[in-house]
Amino acid sequence: MSTRLATGGRLIDRTTPRHFTFNGKRLTGYAGDTLASALLANDQMLVGRSFKYHRPRGIVASGAEEPNALVGLGRGDRFEPNQRATTTEVFDGLEATSQNHWPSLNFDIGAINARFASFLPAGFYYKTFTWPRSFWKHLYEPIIRKSAGLGRAPDPEARDPDSYEHFHAHVDVLIIGGGIAGMETAKRIGETGVRVLLIEQDVDWGGRAPVDGGEIGDQPPEDYIGGLLASLNAMDNVSLRTRCMGAGVYDHGYALAYERLTDHTPAAKGPRHRLWRIRAAQIITATGALERPLAFAGNDLPGVMLASALRDYVVNWGVSPGDRTVIVTNNDDAYRSALILRRAGLAVPAIVDARVLPQDSPLMAEARALGIRILQGHAIDHVIGQKRVTGVALCAHAGAGGAVIDEIACDAVAMSGGWSPVVHLWSHCGGKLCWDETRAMFRPDHNRPPTGDKGQAFVTTTGAANGMFTLQEVLDDAVATAAQITKTPPMTSAAPQAQAQEEAPLAPVWMMPQGAGVHHRAKAWLDFQNDVKVSDVQLAAREGFESVEHAKRYTTLGMATDQGKLSNINGLAILSGALGADIPDVGTTTFRPPYTPISMGAIAGPGRGDTFQPIRRTPIHDWLAANGAEWEPVGQWRRPYCLKRPGETTHDAVTREVTNTRKNVGLLDASTLGKLIVKGPDAGRFLDMLYTNMMSTLKPGRCRYGLMCNENGFLMDDGVVARLDADTYLCHTTSGGADHIHAHMEDWLQCEWWDWQVYVANVTEQYGQIAVVGPNARKLLEAVGGLDVSRETLPFMGWVEGALGGIPVRIFRISFSGELSFEIPVKAGYARHLWDHLLSACRDFGVMPYGTEALHVMRAEKGFIMIGDETDGTVIPQDLGMDWAISKKKTDYLGKRAQARPDMARPDRWKLVGLETCDGAVLPDGAYAVAEGRNANGQRKVFGRVTSTYYSPTLGRGIAMGLVQNGPDRLGEVIHFAKSDGVTTIEARIVDPVFYDKDGEKQNV
Amino acid sequence: MLTLKCPYCGIQADETELSPGGEAHLTRHGPGSSDGDFHDYLFARQNRRGVHFERWRHAFGCGKWFLAARDTQTLQVFGTYPAQVLEPPQHIRDAINQSQN
Repeated sequence: MSTRLATGGRLIDRTTPRHFTFNGKRLTGYAGDTLASALLANDQMLVGRSFKYHRPRGIVASGAEEPNALVGLGRGDRFEPNQRATTTEVFDGLEATSQNHWPSLNFDIGAINARFASFLPAGFYYKTFTWPRSFWKHLYEPIIRKSAGLGRAPDPEARDPDSYEHFHAHVDVLIIGGGIAGMETAKRIGETGVRVLLIEQDVDWGGRAPVDGGEIGDQPPEDYIGGLLASLNAMDNVSLRTRCMGAGVYDHGYALAYERLTDHTPAAKGPRHRLWRIRAAQIITATGALERPLAFAGNDLPGVMLASALRDYVVNWGVSPGDRTVIVTNNDDAYRSALILRRAGLAVPAIVDARVLPQDSPLMAEARALGIRILQGHAIDHVIGQKRVTGVALCAHAGAGGAVIDEIACDAVAMSGGWSPVVHLWSHCGGKLCWDETRAMFRPDHNRPPTGDKGQAFVTTTGAANGMFTLQEVLDDAVATAAQITKTPPMTSAAPQAQAQEEAPLAPVWMMPQGAGVHHRAKAWLDFQNDVKVSDVQLAAREGFESVEHAKRYTTLGMATDQGKLSNINGLAILSGALGADIPDVGTTTFRPPYTPISMGAIAGPGRGDTFQPIRRTPIHDWLAANGAEWEPVGQWRRPYCLKRPGETTHDAVTREVTNTRKNVGLLDASTLGKLIVKGPDAGRFLDMLYTNMMSTLKPGRCRYGLMCNENGFLMDDGVVARLDADTYLCHTTSGGADHIHAHMEDWLQCEWWDWQVYVANVTEQYGQIAVVGPNARKLLEAVGGLDVSRETLPFMGWVEGALGGIPVRIFRISFSGELSFEIPVKAGYARHLWDHLLSACRDFGVMPYGTEALHVMRAEKGFIMIGDETDGTVIPQDLGMDWAISKKKTDYLGKRAQARPDMARPDRWKLVGLETCDGAVLPDGAYAVAEGRNANGQRKVFGRVTSTYYSPTLGRGIAMGLVQNGPDRLGEVIHFAKSDGVTTIEARIVDPVFYDKDGEKQNV
Repeated sequence: MLTLKCPYCGIQADETELSPGGEAHLTRHGPGSSDGDFHDYLFARQNRRGVHFERWRHAFGCGKWFLAARDTQTLQVFGTYPAQVLEPPQHIRDAINQSQN
């Protein structure tokens, strides 16, 4: 059984117990425990069920690479799935639940899948659920969706109560990884005075060295690390962070790091996670290496662990995963685990070594001296046990398996297939790898590093991440790296001398035994998290998925939360074996950030809720808010959909606002309208290129409606242009379009017509704008007084300037409603004052503000188009019957050439019409006009769609506008629009789009 | 995330300050041009793996458009220059040649 040892555990504090629960069971660990070590201390070997076959799974690793021990943490708003037990620090009150099982962890119905494993090979879903076709939607998909997924997603209604933040850091050198290599490099670079940031994902400094032993100088590694840390802490130019993972390396020295601040002390104040956004001149990855599992039958049973993880549990946390541990290895390093177990008083019945060495290596000799039985040239035939290991059956490694030589009773198996450098961060931004034949691993290729803006290598790598595994190699590499970065000759102080046992070379073992038969291969796991076995990868290769990227997706090898940290190299070795190709020729899959999953909260940082996006407020915003505004977002503005009075429904309010505006006078806050000043000797010429119609002929004092197209010919904006003087125009854009149109103008001015003398200024926020609309509009302005707004002085499409009620204004006589209408821009600081003035000037005229829905209804009654409703980026002005707004005289304007392309000139384009339902109902928005028959994709044939649809209080019925094939030629025809059920239809008659005051008499009074 | 130096305000700007504008040094084809020329002007882009001339606007800075010569594979930047030119200036071409030799 796994248990806490009476002594030992360099990271735990036995005087400080920590109480937590696992699946509701109360358990106790110590301060310094991870959830994994505390579970093992409580003999909780079984921690989850596998993804596909629901096989019992235990803890395999001791760090970020853990594939199995994924748990749900917390509850309610703080619930988080798929958290690795190996990197979760235990605290009082921690609640963990295992995943992927039903009804319980111990008894799982889905485990029956394992019995049918041979029927669930790679690509099973692709192959099986294609027939019959109709079964997919109603039978297969619901079942698969129910059983798919790792862990349970948090409740969609949950709101994360924690806070998160972003940190921006600029440093000369970022060092990722706080083991011996990273610390030694940091110290030597730090001594030159440059700014260094050293980050470590774990709680403690020093990496593997304190567990793996040896001596540096005359000190044990732990003391040497203490010395390094003290010198680093003493340097003002060096910043140190633990619990801070290097998540990704990006272009030009940008890096992301993920710091977990309060996960281990949830009651603490302050942000929970911090995302570091780092710009570094140089990045050094000292990310260490990960041990590879061995692929033998039953290697996924709880109790089979990585050899290094097993000794981590003994040394770091004083936990023994088993009383009797069989070691299985292809290298010398695993012997360290045997020695540590033996010295902790635990039994090691045998070391099963696939190699046959001519003579004992020092580590081997040490093990033998302790009386440990070493079986060279042996392999594990299969692991014995149901929910945990009870023994192993051995065979010759050279064989096909099945011929069992011996059985050894044990309750743990420590496996080691060699080590792979953690090359993720090196690879994120394009660093390439080379294959190291001797150590059977991919290592960074220093001739092909990630390059920065000057073509320089901006990432370098050191220590085990660079394929340097012995203490001396690591220290020498750190010294060399520091010298290379600081561009100084190798330091006067050379690397300290390290003592560690020399190791015999490993022998690559990708499958055990070497010629494992089909039965064995189907039980030998490569990817524990995704249930991918040796046989699956071989099947993929046979079926033609030869590219490593294809094989990954077909088998799911290396997917999900661990991204194949343990499985990738073994998997691609099996793939290359199946293809008869060399491993480096098959290559690796792409390493993508983040290194391990990071929280959504950290990515969002403070940008959520009110701070997600700034809200733009007009000068009249507060008045509207206080008077029943039902807000709707318009770009980053908020505009009132309507202004509700007590007891009113939205529909009532809109009807009242439309009716009053048509009968009396309405006020609209039009401040969001885009306002661009275009000024200069070439302003007219410039606007002639930007608008489809002629603007240079506009006289000062007059306004003209214009359309703006992009170079593709599609309508992008519209609005009224006023000529202020000979050199100056004021261009109105759609609400929310100002920034975009301003950028568009700047683009053409700066990049195409740079010799034209024109300036553009966006003054949208400098002015408020109030529309005074309705039959009583003129009377209201006269009551406020100060400006002659008579028909003679201020005709339709004219403008005047002066003081209205003492407030300096300009008044445009333009109309978007069909009524007598004045739009009054006023300096933003005066806008609210003018608004109040207009509201209180005279009660007799029926002044009443209205919102955007009334604005929309009234414009639709008049058949005026709205950018974004009638247009969608594929509509040209000609589609909207707006040929009158396209100059025939101009030789050029943006979009003119495109509008002459054959498809644009096609006679049967969908064109704008009005639509009236036969029964007066309101057409559904976006509904399609449907014809008989189906197209080549089996979809219903369509020939038009609704673009705007409203209930018109003025007409007392539904009105709509739409684009219909050959529409204007079909006036009077009744066509059918599909409702959202896709079956029933609604009849509508094609009519003229102008429903109200066709002759424009009302706006011309 | 790239950094590019704005040739107008001199700031070494993060990509988040910039908005991209696609390939640089296109020749505008307007009314009277052939369907083929106009099609190429609108749609045909080199999308090169290697040295690429591209348009950027210092959108959240000085607002100016500028051009950059950049290797899309190695991310090396050979230089940035004002947009008011028809072809890359000599010093940019020299920098590119130098890196290729």
